[in-house]
Amino acid sequence: MELRVLFKYIDNPDQHKIATYISTGGYKAWEKVLRELKPADVIDIVKRSGLRGRGGAGFPAGVKWSFVPKDSPKPKYLVCNGDESEPGTCKDRVLLERDPHRVVEGMAIAAFAIGAHNAYIYIRGEFAYPAAQMRKAVQEAYDKDFLGKNLFGAGYDLEMAVHTGGGAYICGEETALLESLEGKRGLSRIRPPFPAVEGLYASPTVVNNVETLANVPGIITNGPEWYAKMGTEKSTGTRIFCLSGHVKRPGNYELELGTPLSYLINDLGGGVLGDKKIKAIIPGGSSTPVLTPDKLDVHLDFESVAQAGSMLGSGGVVVMHEDTCMVWAARKLAHFYMHESCGKCTPCRMGTQWMFQILDRIESGKGCENDIELLLDVCDKIEGHTICPLGDAAAMPVRAFTKTFRDEFEYHIKHKKCMTINRMPSFT
Amino acid sequence: MILNEQTVKAIRADIPKYPQRRSCILPALTHAYRQVGHLNEVVYREIADVLDLDTIQIAEAASFYTMFPKQPVGKYFIQVCHNLSCSLLGAESLVEYLLRKLDVKKGAITPDGLFTVVTVECLGSCTTAPMMQINDLFYENLTREKVDAIIDELRKKG
Ligand SMILES: Cc1cc2nc3c(=O)[nH]c(=O)nc-3n(C[C@H](O)[C@H](O)[C@H](O)COP(=O)(O)O)c2cc1C
Ligand code: FES
Repeated sequence: MELRVLFKYIDNPDQHKIATYISTGGYKAWEKVLRELKPADVIDIVKRSGLRGRGGAGFPAGVKWSFVPKDSPKPKYLVCNGDESEPGTCKDRVLLERDPHRVVEGMAIAAFAIGAHNAYIYIRGEFAYPAAQMRKAVQEAYDKDFLGKNLFGAGYDLEMAVHTGGGAYICGEETALLESLEGKRGLSRIRPPFPAVEGLYASPTVVNNVETLANVPGIITNGPEWYAKMGTEKSTGTRIFCLSGHVKRPGNYELELGTPLSYLINDLGGGVLGDKKIKAIIPGGSSTPVLTPDKLDVHLDFESVAQAGSMLGSGGVVVMHEDTCMVWAARKLAHFYMHESCGKCTPCRMGTQWMFQILDRIESGKGCENDIELLLDVCDKIEGHTICPLGDAAAMPVRAFTKTFRDEFEYHIKHKKCMTINRMPSFT
Repeated sequence: MILNEQTVKAIRADIPKYPQRRSCILPALTHAYRQVGHLNEVVYREIADVLDLDTIQIAEAASFYTMFPKQPVGKYFIQVCHNLSCSLLGAESLVEYLLRKLDVKKGAITPDGLFTVVTVECLGSCTTAPMMQINDLFYENLTREKVDAIIDELRKKG
């Protein structure tokens, strides 16, 4: 079911203004936290809500916060991940543009929970408008004394700043993001140490996705039980799904977790363009293994999608109809990962180039007989052998496309052309 | 000096936000790019002077981030997303159409200095595909008519 919790006020054109946000109960959670709660209470509430990270991996937010060492003499940092670059994903942008105070308030509460007096939000460089909206919101929050020194007279200080990137998908990966925030090239770091122990400026740091943090004020205001009642037992709450590709009504839809994929595509999305048949669905951003239409009834929660052989990932659902060539689609994604590999480790740097070259030659009709085996072999050599999960993120979709639609790949190699017409809308 | 007073001021204004000067590099590159339209060695040196860092630190970072062109581009820098969701709705044909309409090669500048067209990866606008970014603005749900109107208006503006 469509259930608007984060999106409750998203259509109000004034929602980005602090007065409007306050009039709908905004910053009450922040006040309550500072006046009534201890950091440990906040962590406990968020743990009990069952809130899991919306950035991709689905790690429980409260548990992550509890990893920050309490006795460390170093300053602590809260970083909000607004890099949003996973192809198919475009939900954080909507929150940043239209309800930025919800993100500011969520960041503030998370910062308090881990004992951080500095919070940064890292927004991808191309998002000039969302970043401007966030800057305005942060300034408004300072003007109202929701940020700054001795907040609500409770003796807590919090500084917040908006940081923008320079166009690099890898900077969404948390350790590369921290390198980038330190002014360096966005190369991922070897773990351990994990950011909770040694993150930004080698200090304890928590990195959370925009949507994850935007959920926090509501959880504090309405209580963890309210949140846990939504969704499924292990995947609580709602999630914003970004529906794109061959559907009649693409868009960002907030659903209760556990809603069937078919409801999203057919009821909300209006079905497939031209009433064609679905051939393939990417359920959680470009990195997640592609599904076939027999999985249309899968429920959109972490466990069910995993059971169906893929991942809920970032919430980006891409629908491809019967006229789509799967070699063409796989090549597009392989090109992306080749372009975005940071180059620090060899399996990812070279592997993503190999994958693209092989797919490129298959697609252009120059494929060799054993190319499919070679492609799968390259996937084997990347997966599990890289510094950060970008390697896995690149190999997983290529492997899934190749295995699931092997007949199309074989046809391409043998007949030197697409098995399907691969006809997309034309501008000419 | 390439960087004007306003840009230098904006770069300086970021310094108090971070405990380490180096964190100002990416924001500084962004301010410089907004003013100049691209980045080069001279810009790196000037940023290094303002931030009191080494030029190599600026150059090293800048070379990693693909959002900043390292050579001059047209006054209107058109970046068309050619990733999957946009391609499913015709992004490849949109690129062809733009290049033909502007009579220019990918990455080159039109003779009037107005336009450069490049392809980029997903811009986080997949549900409003196909889309393109021109300078700082996103243009979404593109159709041929919309593209024609946008280009006409930019040409008129000059
Ligand atoms: C290659 C790569 C790209 C990523 N991009 C993003 C991103 O754009 N936004 C995001 O929130 N998380 C992204 N992540 C996940 C982050 O590393 C991190 O797990 C997340 O921000 C944690 O927040 P959460 O626990 O709230 O989900 C990416 C991970 C990888 C491996
Ligand atoms: S695929 Fe074009 S904006 Fe995401």
